[in-house]
Amino acid sequence: MNAITIIELGIAIIILIGTIVGFFSVIGFLRLPDVYNRAHALSKSAALGVLFVLVGTFLFFLFIEGYFSIKLFLGIFFVFLTSPVSSHIICRTAYRSNVPLAEISVRDDLKEAIFVDKEINN
Amino acid sequence: MAMQVLANLLIGLLWVFFQDDWSVLTFFSGYLFGLFVIFILRRFLPTKFYLFTLHAVFRLILLFITEIIVSSIVVISIIIRPKMNIKPGIFSMETTLKGDVEVTLLALLITLTPGSVVVEISEDNKIFYIHTMDIPDLSNSVLKSKDRFENAIKKVTRS
Repeated sequence: MNAITIIELGIAIIILIGTIVGFFSVIGFLRLPDVYNRAHALSKSAALGVLFVLVGTFLFFLFIEGYFSIKLFLGIFFVFLTSPVSSHIICRTAYRSNVPLAEISVRDDLKEAIFVDKEINN
Repeated sequence: MAMQVLANLLIGLLWVFFQDDWSVLTFFSGYLFGLFVIFILRRFLPTKFYLFTLHAVFRLILLFITEIIVSSIVVISIIIRPKMNIKPGIFSMETTLKGDVEVTLLALLITLTPGSVVVEISEDNKIFYIHTMDIPDLSNSVLKSKDRFENAIKKVTRS
């Protein structure tokens, strides 16, 4: 059990955590009731999963191959930059095209706001 | 901030010219010297010393990573619960931030934090409409983390 083995084991654990997070996000995608809740499970946990997997890959290249890959950090950066925009747009489009919230929903502040807006415009 | 970095690079380049030694190491020592000069002159500059801004950016990233891990654990624990008794809904939240950059940054951070998506922002950029998976628990945690995010963002964008 030398140093390289220990480092490899740590990296494997980090990447495994990333995959498990991605797996949970798929479970959430299947179990949650409506489009808004699914957006949480899918895009967010996927972001954390991507973070772990790419950091693990970065550490692998740094310690095992001896190669500092800034490209992987750019990958994390762009995933974090684009995934919230897409989930925001999906939720907003869904709401604007009258996709109903799940029946278990307890609160909807936006309905009043949009409704009042339309009243004023008319 | 951009002007300060440019001035610092210029000082580094001047240092290389004075030393007449074209190497990365000389440029780096010149850059450090320029950093020192700008640090001394920081009270006479119109904006904050840029290393302080960089430090604030770093703090914001750190805060964001802790926040994303904590709330991911919350969301995953909700997802794998055998009986999923969640109360999703949309709540409104006021923000004190002004300007496109600050509001965009806050919306980006809140949307990236699991369990909350910004569905809509009001016309005057004051009110966020946020969808969460579990209103009683998560809306409180969003409001709490919002205060921390706002303070961190203000440190970055305001001098």
